[in-house]
Amino acid sequence: MSALPAPLLPMDWWALGAVIALSAGVMVLMLLEFFPARPGSARGPVLALATLAAAAVSVWRVRDVARSLFGGMFLHDGFTVFFTLLFCGIGAIAVLLSWDYARRTRIDHAEYYALLLAGTLGMIVMAASNDLITIFLGLELMSLALYVMVGFRRSRLDSNEAALKYFLLGAFASGFLLYGIALLYGATGTTNLARMTEFLAASPLSGNPLLVVGGLLLLTGFAFKVAAVPFHMWTPDAYEGAPTSVTGFMAAGAKAAGFAALLRVVLHALGGANGGWSSLLSAVAMLTMTVGNVTALLQNNLKRMLAYSSIAHAGYLLIAVVTGGSDGASAALFYLAVYAVMNLGAFGVLTLLGRQQEERVTLGDLAGLGFRQPLLGLAMTFFMLSLGGIPPTAGFMAKVYLFGVAVKAGYVPLVIVGVLNSVVSVFYYLRVTVAMYMEEPPGEPVSVSWATPGVIALLACLALTLWWGLQAHALLDLAQRSVVGLM
Amino acid sequence: MAAIPWLSWLIFLPLAGGALILLIPATAERAIRSAATAVAFLELALSLPLWWRLDPREPGWQFVERHAWLPALGSTYHLGVDGISMLLALLTTVITAITVVGAYGAVEKRAKEFYALLLALEAGMLGTFFSLDLLLFYVFWEGMLIPMYLLIGVWGGPRRVYAAVKFFLYTMAGSVLMLVAILSLYFMQKNATGVSTFDLDAFYALPIPGGVQTWLFLAFAVAFAIKVPMFPLHTWLPDAHVEAPTAGSVVLAAVLLKMGTYGFLRFAMPLFPIASARFAPWIAGLAIVGIVYGALVAMVQPDLKKLVAYSSVSHLGFCMLGLYAMNAQGLAGGMIQMLNHGVSTGALFLLVGVIYERRHTREIAKFGGLWKPMPVYAAVFLVVLLSSIGLPGTNGFIGEFLVLLGAFHTEPWWAILGATGVILGAVYMLWMFQRVMFGPVTHRENETLPDLSLRERLVFAPLLLLILWIGIMPQPFLDRAQPALDRTLRLVELRSRVSHGVATGARIAPAAPGAPAPRELPAAARGEAHP
Repeated sequence: MSALPAPLLPMDWWALGAVIALSAGVMVLMLLEFFPARPGSARGPVLALATLAAAAVSVWRVRDVARSLFGGMFLHDGFTVFFTLLFCGIGAIAVLLSWDYARRTRIDHAEYYALLLAGTLGMIVMAASNDLITIFLGLELMSLALYVMVGFRRSRLDSNEAALKYFLLGAFASGFLLYGIALLYGATGTTNLARMTEFLAASPLSGNPLLVVGGLLLLTGFAFKVAAVPFHMWTPDAYEGAPTSVTGFMAAGAKAAGFAALLRVVLHALGGANGGWSSLLSAVAMLTMTVGNVTALLQNNLKRMLAYSSIAHAGYLLIAVVTGGSDGASAALFYLAVYAVMNLGAFGVLTLLGRQQEERVTLGDLAGLGFRQPLLGLAMTFFMLSLGGIPPTAGFMAKVYLFGVAVKAGYVPLVIVGVLNSVVSVFYYLRVTVAMYMEEPPGEPVSVSWATPGVIALLACLALTLWWGLQAHALLDLAQRSVVGLM
Repeated sequence: MAAIPWLSWLIFLPLAGGALILLIPATAERAIRSAATAVAFLELALSLPLWWRLDPREPGWQFVERHAWLPALGSTYHLGVDGISMLLALLTTVITAITVVGAYGAVEKRAKEFYALLLALEAGMLGTFFSLDLLLFYVFWEGMLIPMYLLIGVWGGPRRVYAAVKFFLYTMAGSVLMLVAILSLYFMQKNATGVSTFDLDAFYALPIPGGVQTWLFLAFAVAFAIKVPMFPLHTWLPDAHVEAPTAGSVVLAAVLLKMGTYGFLRFAMPLFPIASARFAPWIAGLAIVGIVYGALVAMVQPDLKKLVAYSSVSHLGFCMLGLYAMNAQGLAGGMIQMLNHGVSTGALFLLVGVIYERRHTREIAKFGGLWKPMPVYAAVFLVVLLSSIGLPGTNGFIGEFLVLLGAFHTEPWWAILGATGVILGAVYMLWMFQRVMFGPVTHRENETLPDLSLRERLVFAPLLLLILWIGIMPQPFLDRAQPALDRTLRLVELRSRVSHGVATGARIAPAAPGAPAPRELPAAARGEAHP
């Protein structure tokens, strides 16, 4: 930065509150480790929750102002507010789900919660960035935290394998991304998204190989993070090996963060659907949906199944990116919020299953669960129906809105592929209900480790899944208002 | 009338009742049964006033309720009934009440979940018939799959999981394309008028060019044809029926299948009249194939329930033939046939359920000479069976006669081919009856079978009454349906005239050549003058 940054106004401090609070939370959690906690103390999760609440409140206070900070690298607008709140919510639910699960599986070190907060911080930075460099910074912060969290059960081989795989492939993706940024900088002379937009609008550079290759590399990096085909290979292994609470956090948060940055870059800097990227993205979307759903059909491990389902959902979300404009962006925001809730709910049910260290996440483990544990069964049923996009759940509304804006923009073939894919997906989501209600466990039925924080998180997810299915107006309105400043 | 949100009550009462039943401890089976019965009969009582209070001279929506639901999308919570949906709603409440009582002996495990789901299903079905907003309609249409899926999958026969999943996927595969079509319609409306709405009345007033109609019609028609089910999309039906518990089969046959025909009558025909006319020969052809094929396949079934299931394919073929004759008699016949099939086939499935409860088999070969141990049962069976065949004096005759009359008006060949189905129907039904009821008792276990109990007699009494009532005096039913059916026909005619040669985005305003009055269409479309 050549120019000195402008002095910060009080409202800027509030806007930066989330970033500051989370950074402080990470450090406090690490420092507190020097003072051994009493056995059974819950200071880690409590502190993490307090930090997340402080972050959310701080940003909520200045939700209506739009500011550009640090020489235009950090934007505080409706989009940032929406995603900050979303990430804080995801973080809070992940903390609640981890509360007992982490203790049970002996991973409840302070670092766990510190990394969770660091990951959330990275996500927020990604969503708020208006500069490729800050996007990269946020992405790395998030990814590094996640690499460690995936491998947190260090005594287990599959956890180590997952972390290593995720790390190696993630490092490649970061390399691609960085190389893409470099090429784009070479082509346009800037890494700032706003200036890049201006430059591209003024110059006939659209066919320039430097720009095209740079853009492609950038998209590759993002495609890896959101688990789009053909860069999805890491997903099932990482999801399966990671502690279940981390899987939920990663599935909901990392995906939303990836899409937040992707939306900013593609819709804003690269010129959206007019930039010539739409046919490529359409193809990727179709491929992602189809590969994700068809492969998910074959899975017996629920974590793997949900991993492939998360690939498929990335495909649906890419439809929103292809659609572009404020319609596409608001549909993506709406979908991401709904996806976070229902997906965290599904993983949340899994975190409650099994005693101590055992991991009971196969379809067979769920057999007969629906009648033995009515509440858990009901919740899981609704999460599955919602993931499948069946009314009266939030997932249906999200799909209707997303497919609706795509139809409006004229992408009917893409939508038809999407709806047919959702039929395919219903088959494997139904398999979960089949196991829960229509089968009997062959051996000893799975035991449930009830824990109040986990139940609170589940009830919150369930309530939102149903509420947004019946009355989505508030969220829809929020999503539409949040993208106003984006274009 | 405006004061009480009658239709909302009808939708939410069974839902609330079902939720309450879930709170009863599972061991209190009597309490669960009584509560379910109470809710079902309260619902029935609440629905009966529709019969009297619906103004038969008024063709438009009555008991209208309208509230904002998703203002950002322009979707409203818009309910209303006309003669068509009123009759189907009454059919739903009657059949559900009967089913609840009929299921007393059949549900051996998890009774409270069973009744709660049955009541939730009722709510979904009523919501589907009452919705006048396409998004709301779709929510009910698809949401209703969940309770039915669970009913089949949890309480069904040996292959229940396969049947339940097949049922769900088949129906959903058809309806997702309808969702795309609904969204297309929505944006067509938005482009034409600038108003974003999913309201059916608004779509009734929107002219749609012929080429576009074809695609939209196909998307709607496939969804409805799977539900009806029309040949060759019927393969989920025998599986679902055979595996479902008796109550599931009864509701499936009596009401769920009607949603397909209702969909054609309410949405596919009036919204896309040009495409409807273009595809009418195809649909009538498939309907006739369904009539004959269903009857032939039913003839050779060794399993009673499968026989009744295939007879459904045949009977629903009559409904579709009547609707796609696209004239007054055909429509009236199709409408009456919907009620008939609901009553007769519902009763047949209950009758099959009665002997299944006693013998735990449905194979025709395992029976014979049942008339001796179970004379009342056999007599009831005979009446229901004759109604299903269409003997004059029973309801089946009225429906089939009107359908064939309508078909003859449009295309004599349709009626001639369709009439063979009547003969084949008599063949498979009477043959089955002969094998099951007449002759000496071939299996010793059957000699001591108890006849119908008082509860079972009470279950069948209202159905027999309806069979005879519609058979002897169909006029009250026709009177109520007629204005709505006429309005549908009028809409079809007007919309096809204004839609001809219309470019996308045009508005029905200065009357296409030959249209009687420029304002008639919107007036006909709204028709909600009633307070």
